[in-house]
Amino acid sequence: MTIDQWLQAALADADRRGLPALKPLLEALARATRALRAADFNDDATK
Amino acid sequence: MHMNTALTIEEFGRKLRAREITSEQMTEQCLQRIEADNARLNTFILVLADQARRQAREADREIVSGHDRGPLHGAPISIKDLIDIRGVPTTAASRVREGHIAERDAPSITHLRQAGAVVVGKTNLHEFAFGTTSEDSAFGPVRNPHDPSRSPGGSSGGSAASIVAGMALASVGTDTGGSIRIPAAACGTVGLKPSHGEVSIDGVVPMSRTFDHVGPLAQTVADACLVYHALLGDSGAIAPAPMPVSGLRLAVPRKYFCDILDDEVRAQFDASLERLREAGARVDDIEIHHAADIVPVYVHISFADAATYHAATLETMAERYTEPVRLRLEAGRYVQAEDYVRALAGREVLRREVDAALAQHDALVLPTMPIAAPLIGANTVMVSGSEQPVRNMMLRLTQLFNVTGHPALAVPCGSTSAGLPCSMQLVGCRMQTDALLRVALACESYIAGTPSPRSGLGGPMSGGPAGGGISGGGTGLMSGGGLSMGSGGRMSGIDGCSIMEKVAAKTEPELEVRSLKSEV
Repeated sequence: MTIDQWLQAALADADRRGLPALKPLLEALARATRALRAADFNDDATK
Repeated sequence: MHMNTALTIEEFGRKLRAREITSEQMTEQCLQRIEADNARLNTFILVLADQARRQAREADREIVSGHDRGPLHGAPISIKDLIDIRGVPTTAASRVREGHIAERDAPSITHLRQAGAVVVGKTNLHEFAFGTTSEDSAFGPVRNPHDPSRSPGGSSGGSAASIVAGMALASVGTDTGGSIRIPAAACGTVGLKPSHGEVSIDGVVPMSRTFDHVGPLAQTVADACLVYHALLGDSGAIAPAPMPVSGLRLAVPRKYFCDILDDEVRAQFDASLERLREAGARVDDIEIHHAADIVPVYVHISFADAATYHAATLETMAERYTEPVRLRLEAGRYVQAEDYVRALAGREVLRREVDAALAQHDALVLPTMPIAAPLIGANTVMVSGSEQPVRNMMLRLTQLFNVTGHPALAVPCGSTSAGLPCSMQLVGCRMQTDALLRVALACESYIAGTPSPRSGLGGPMSGGPAGGGISGGGTGLMSGGGLSMGSGGRMSGIDGCSIMEKVAAKTEPELEVRSLKSEV
């Protein structure tokens, strides 16, 4: 799942659960996840 | 506002053994300070007045009979209300914990009792330790004794405030991202996060068991050392002799850690470094190459850990959480497993980089917090002309060492023009907390720019090692008469311990992420 796909799903789920106030936190978490996945210590199955 | 002129634990111990003070007198002095200032500062959730008096009288009887338990014997201390004390609630500053009574002491409390410490009460905190300001508490916000309009830091805010306000000689807190060192910095005390795994976290309400630590807050490095050893069950240990400053090898990780600093905090940090250089320490610059990955690693592990612990109660009693804490916990439920595993890998990378930075140095030195204590209710703070989220700023320089497990110590480092404390952080090798403490003992007075807090030790203002420091003179501590906290008072109740009346939920501050791009 890409981060954008995850974020859209998470925002929809938060709305469904009556937690729209989660939006800025989920967006911030998405930014942190993007940074984490871009780090050079991640595994790469091609290497 | 009374500010602490109390004895240090070392000074109290000397006077106790010289029969110049009793534990009962010292304990009464602390209870008087609680009675006088707790309503304004909101420092304690529970005051154990009668228990403390009984413990103090027993400590005095033991001293008279020749039974000396060691340096903490008879010393009144406070405990963060996240740690179990048998027979009383562990509230974690949350309505979620209503009705809880601890069945047994946490091992750390057992060790303190064996060391003869007198527990005066349980201190207020950020709900479930999930915050840096101690504002979001079911018992209302803790206030900074230096300026009650400001936060004491968090999450162990009540612990730090209790020391500065003279309500306890030391305190025990917990630290998951900086929750001992941040309030120590905001209030101007010493705060020690030991090496990960050294002090038991059993009997402590977890925030993230991966990153949780238990440790002391105290007036001096020597006192922190005494409480740290007592927490380990080593109650007879005395503070070690400091090593000479001359020849110490210190390293400053400037990139990232000194990029965003309040101007006055930076000036105090630089001045402390200069005093250390003048005293003969070698100060090198080093780099933590993956520093930019600290926040993503920390967030993915700590948020997921916290969400796991709270998953059931988020479903059944969500309304009992303060809104900011509830939302952070809910966000943690969305962390994906693959990202948690990536963060664990990042943790190892960061650990190796800090290990490498310390390979040629006795300690890393950096500011503890980029800002002084923020105003209560502030979501953002201006730092050198740039608006920054308060939470991000407060965690920025401490959370790495929760990720890596290295011991880290906050030491007062001057103050701003408004009189708010600044703090320097020293970091040592993993599982070598005592070595870090020896470095800190040597550096403490140079960092502070004041005479050594340890009698007989030199400092920058005392003309060198033989110059003599302050000797902990008269404080008026002997004047304490009997303090009545009997029936009908706010702190009365069964066995003299009652929970403060819960204040109505405060107006929730807007989450900082609503107004600024945040690091979560």
